Amino acid sequence: MDKQRVHTNPQHYSWLTEQLSPPSPLGAGLGRAFWVGGLICVLGQAIADAGVHWLDMNARAASSLTSITLVFLTALLTGVGVFDKLGKYAGAGSFVPITGFANAMVSPALEFRREGLVLGLGAKLFSIAGPVLVYGIGASVLVGMIYALFFH
Amino acid sequence: MSLLWMYLKVFLVGGALCAIGELLVLRTRLTPARILVCYILTGVLLSAVGLYGPLADFAGAGATVPLTGFGHALCQGVMSAVDEVGLIGAFTGGLSATAGGIAAAVFFGTLIALAFKPRAK
Repeated sequence: MDKQRVHTNPQHYSWLTEQLSPPSPLGAGLGRAFWVGGLICVLGQAIADAGVHWLDMNARAASSLTSITLVFLTALLTGVGVFDKLGKYAGAGSFVPITGFANAMVSPALEFRREGLVLGLGAKLFSIAGPVLVYGIGASVLVGMIYALFFH
Repeated sequence: MSLLWMYLKVFLVGGALCAIGELLVLRTRLTPARILVCYILTGVLLSAVGLYGPLADFAGAGATVPLTGFGHALCQGVMSAVDEVGLIGAFTGGLSATAGGIAAAVFFGTLIALAFKPRAK
């Protein structure tokens, strides 16, 4: 009887549940996404700088080098199963950078390979990357048309 | 010192863009695929109105490596192609500018999917 009465006061009840439930994951999750995502960008900057200083690249080639290298590393880490662990730890820190775009292509392609090389591997490469490209390219064409027609 | 400052800017801006994505995951329950679409569209839009360029100048890879930077590259590619060849550039510029990343993802993605076995989740 006494035990039940403890929970009749709503304020006391919510205070109790607050004490007993684990701390909100919001701050910790944001922190993990922040430092991992930030570090991936730092790695990208280092690759671009290396391209400019050591390989005599112009800015545009260096930017392509950055994308290609990060995509390659992500594909490899996805293949050996490390990227999934990074994704679980860092959340958006791993999928907001271009690494996430690469992982979104490799991961389903690997998983659905047994459904065939064409409709399995080939099609599933684009199950998530497809929509990203559809809307990205679509919007950029629209911007280009408006720019060409009204600002030229 | 200036190199250190540059890398600090890259880290802070890149980290902040990722933290915003994580906030969307935790607070809105949007799936990562939707967030990526939102990011690329945001990048195209901010680039078109001239806001993303200054951020990319300020933060380098901190602004260009996140998916918003992919949108920015699409948009800048389209606009400079329009400057060069006119309306047709609206169709050719975006993919030209982003070809490296896309082709690499297709090529290495296929290679890795062929070379490795899928593992249990």
